[in-house]
Amino acid sequence: MTSWSQALSAHPGAAAETATLTGNRGLQLEEPLLFEQDSPGHCGVDLPEPPPHKSRLGGLERQGPIGLPGLSEPQIVRHFTRLSQKNYAIDSGLYPLGSCTMKHNPRLNEKLARLPGFADLHPLQPTSTTKGALELIDTLAHWLKTLTGMPAVALSPAAGAHGELCGMMTIRAALTARGDARRRILVPESAHGTNPATAAICGYAIENIAANPRGQVDLAALKASLGSDVAALMLTNPNTCGLFEDEILEIAAAVHAAGAFFYCDGANFNAIVGRVRPADLGIDALHLNLHKTFSTPHGGGGPGSGPVALAAALAPYAPLPWIVHGDRGLELIEHAAGSAARSIGRLKGFHGQMGMFVRALSYMMSHGADGLRQVAEDAVLNANYLRVRLAGALSQSFPGACMHEVLFDDRFLKDTGVTTLDFAKALIDEGFHPMTMYFPLVVHGALLIEPTETESKASLDQFADTVNGLAARAKSGDAASFQAAPRLTPRRRLDETTAARKPVLRWRPDPPRQQAAE
Amino acid sequence: MRYLPLTPGDRSDMLAAIGVPSIDALFADVPAAARLPGLVDLPLAQGELEVERAISRMAAKNTAAGSVPFFIGGGVYRHHVPAAVDHLIQRGEFLTSYTPYQPELAQGTLQSLFEFQTQVALLTGMEVANASLYDGATACAEAVAMAHRITRRGKAVLSGALHPHYREVCETYAQFSGLEIVTLKPMPGIADPIDIDIETACVVVQYPDFFGELRDCSALAARCHLAGALLIVVVTEIVSLGAVKPPGAMGADIVAAEGQSIGNALNFGGPHVGLFAAREQHVRQMPGRLVGQTTDADGKRGWVLTLSTREQHIRREKATSNICTNAGLCALAFTIHLALLGEAGLARLARLNHAAACNLADRLASLPGVSLVNDSFFNEFSLRLPVPAAQAVAALAEKGVLGGVAASRFYPERDDLADLLLVAATETTTPEDIDIYGKALAEVLR
Repeated sequence: MTSWSQALSAHPGAAAETATLTGNRGLQLEEPLLFEQDSPGHCGVDLPEPPPHKSRLGGLERQGPIGLPGLSEPQIVRHFTRLSQKNYAIDSGLYPLGSCTMKHNPRLNEKLARLPGFADLHPLQPTSTTKGALELIDTLAHWLKTLTGMPAVALSPAAGAHGELCGMMTIRAALTARGDARRRILVPESAHGTNPATAAICGYAIENIAANPRGQVDLAALKASLGSDVAALMLTNPNTCGLFEDEILEIAAAVHAAGAFFYCDGANFNAIVGRVRPADLGIDALHLNLHKTFSTPHGGGGPGSGPVALAAALAPYAPLPWIVHGDRGLELIEHAAGSAARSIGRLKGFHGQMGMFVRALSYMMSHGADGLRQVAEDAVLNANYLRVRLAGALSQSFPGACMHEVLFDDRFLKDTGVTTLDFAKALIDEGFHPMTMYFPLVVHGALLIEPTETESKASLDQFADTVNGLAARAKSGDAASFQAAPRLTPRRRLDETTAARKPVLRWRPDPPRQQAAE
Repeated sequence: MRYLPLTPGDRSDMLAAIGVPSIDALFADVPAAARLPGLVDLPLAQGELEVERAISRMAAKNTAAGSVPFFIGGGVYRHHVPAAVDHLIQRGEFLTSYTPYQPELAQGTLQSLFEFQTQVALLTGMEVANASLYDGATACAEAVAMAHRITRRGKAVLSGALHPHYREVCETYAQFSGLEIVTLKPMPGIADPIDIDIETACVVVQYPDFFGELRDCSALAARCHLAGALLIVVVTEIVSLGAVKPPGAMGADIVAAEGQSIGNALNFGGPHVGLFAAREQHVRQMPGRLVGQTTDADGKRGWVLTLSTREQHIRREKATSNICTNAGLCALAFTIHLALLGEAGLARLARLNHAAACNLADRLASLPGVSLVNDSFFNEFSLRLPVPAAQAVAALAEKGVLGGVAASRFYPERDDLADLLLVAATETTTPEDIDIYGKALAEVLR
């Protein structure tokens, strides 16, 4: 059966409306793989003939072609433009992906990161030629230290999970230095998956801590689990239920009384930036996602940057390199000697995600102390506004005010035949990116909504009207329309089971054409 | 504030709708002792003009690589990136989207990553590649951890000619994972004496190596396999694979590489893009995201993230890695640049790099007291100088030439490497640059 007839039989109405000769549908253009558009001899760059030289490749010259397709620049530009048009993005609309902080990415930041003085700067240049770069990094560190209240910040981690790794490594190094070989890490059930994965890489056993009925850490359960072999608690605050842990000072005191460290996942820092300093909560180490709170673009999944703010007890173990204020101005310390002798060492090549540092500093300087506080307030205001606007139709997991994101579960879909997944897919047809689904794991069929501060009231109202309308439709018994969604996207629901069972992870020159013809 | 769409009127309307008297009420769960009563001690909001002026001033204090004759490599290479690359990656649909958790809204990102995986597999000569890691150094540490999982052996042997940052990252990770790391002594121009025993999970070699030498690792691969160990090949200059045999053709089990050279700027060391390729039989032990081909409800071809049961958001503490956000947009830049190059363009680009390096090496090695260490190289080589290399680098910088990296920057404790200078040339190096460098070095050594 051809894909064409399948399309007609599966959903005759929709397919008949969109039947075209080309398979294109207006602005939705079909686009084959690059490899399927090879026109041998074509090239998208014009390079001169190499000058005469005697080859010194040691007899290792490549034998035979690589298999890369040849295309001209217009073909390439069209290819990637068409692909881009198959993506949803913050620039296109509300992207309320909980715990991801999908806020507007200011274009000034892009412009400044591309200044030749930053972008065209090599990390191994003599530091006499990179003074402005060190100044920018030092200025960024000052802002991050001031906002967190912490005395030190490690800048080299490349993303949030890498920052977690950095923080947990410094904790283990500090414990080892005091001869304290602790084995366990406590992690709340609502934690991001990166937390237990990170602790495991650091050689620790993970113990889950239950949530109390209010969606927060159960203090009694925490105290019962604490002991002389607990190295740290890894807590996200505000947590992934969108709640500020209101017993956090008691939590910190209990952790410290047990001789353990308090690690905080700062993925949700956007809720409190400029209003609460993590140091004042008793936190010993906290990573910040520059690609969340400080608006460096998510880029389809990176690059990120995950600086880690550290308490004084952990700072000596921070990874290399360090920037210090020396006699001759800023100095780059690249080796574990002298004052840096206790460093855990290097976590990545070179000095960190400089391109992200420029963007984040540009963002912070644009907002200033006043604007950043307003960011937290508007992010929390927007989430609470959605909370009350959706309260009648959806089932909020933990009643009461939320922080920057609001958690619902699937009780409102009970007996409708519609699942959280179906609901999310229906939202796609309405022109919205869905919320985070099925996370956190502490409630059934979670829908976690984070609008961020860069949405207008009109945008929130339109989203709320849509979600409320869909909820009403689900309750009216129209499960079929949800199960068929999305219908208007370039591709409809994709078969993930087959993708995992028979992985096809790359294009190959000889696709099994026979199968397609059957 | 230009980035905040709510007006004071919106805010009071919304507070009223919520039913609270002030914004402070929404922060009531914050313990009173931890509430900041006022602003933190930082400057106030500024307009675009003021921010641009302040940050541009910092940029102006740096010497941009393109503004001087430039010969620094050491794992990051200055190449020309076609204008179309930066234009396309700045399309908002790529720039401001996230990890493709909803595949119906992310076919663009998913298809481009599938193309990226294919390109990386083809270039390295491997069967499969993932959708990127942070950088080459972390890719190397992930490769070592993967070899440990596959072989269940506890020792990794690192070549002395492995980039020192890559070695250090492996050592940092190993302090905590308990893996034993055996690092051989760096000896420019001399092959490593590598021992493989029944405890060896993997051997890690760099190709071309840190000092620029090209060595066939086929025999080493055979020795590894005979002993039940894996061979990990690190590539820090991915353009080299346009000219030389790919690691996959020499028996590599895992390739961990830095992809910066294609599509990405120097960026003072980041962001760059980690490439990770392996054999198909080990795919379920790979770290990071993988995009797979499938079909949609209408039978049309499409793409999804797949084999997620390896990953932290599903497997939590049993995941193959903790990585979540990777280097998506840098991978896209890589894919676009490599697509523009194509088969013919990459081969010619690689030959241009090699030719520039050959001519530069001949010129510099002709100076009295200067000797070329390498028998072979691609676009970077090592010189022995009659003076400490750090001193020469500083004196050259005074003359406006960024002449390479002194090995002592990485090995300050190794007196026998004090006179060693790493020098790179690329397609951006002109004959005039080579001439200026030759004259400047002659003066510095006079």
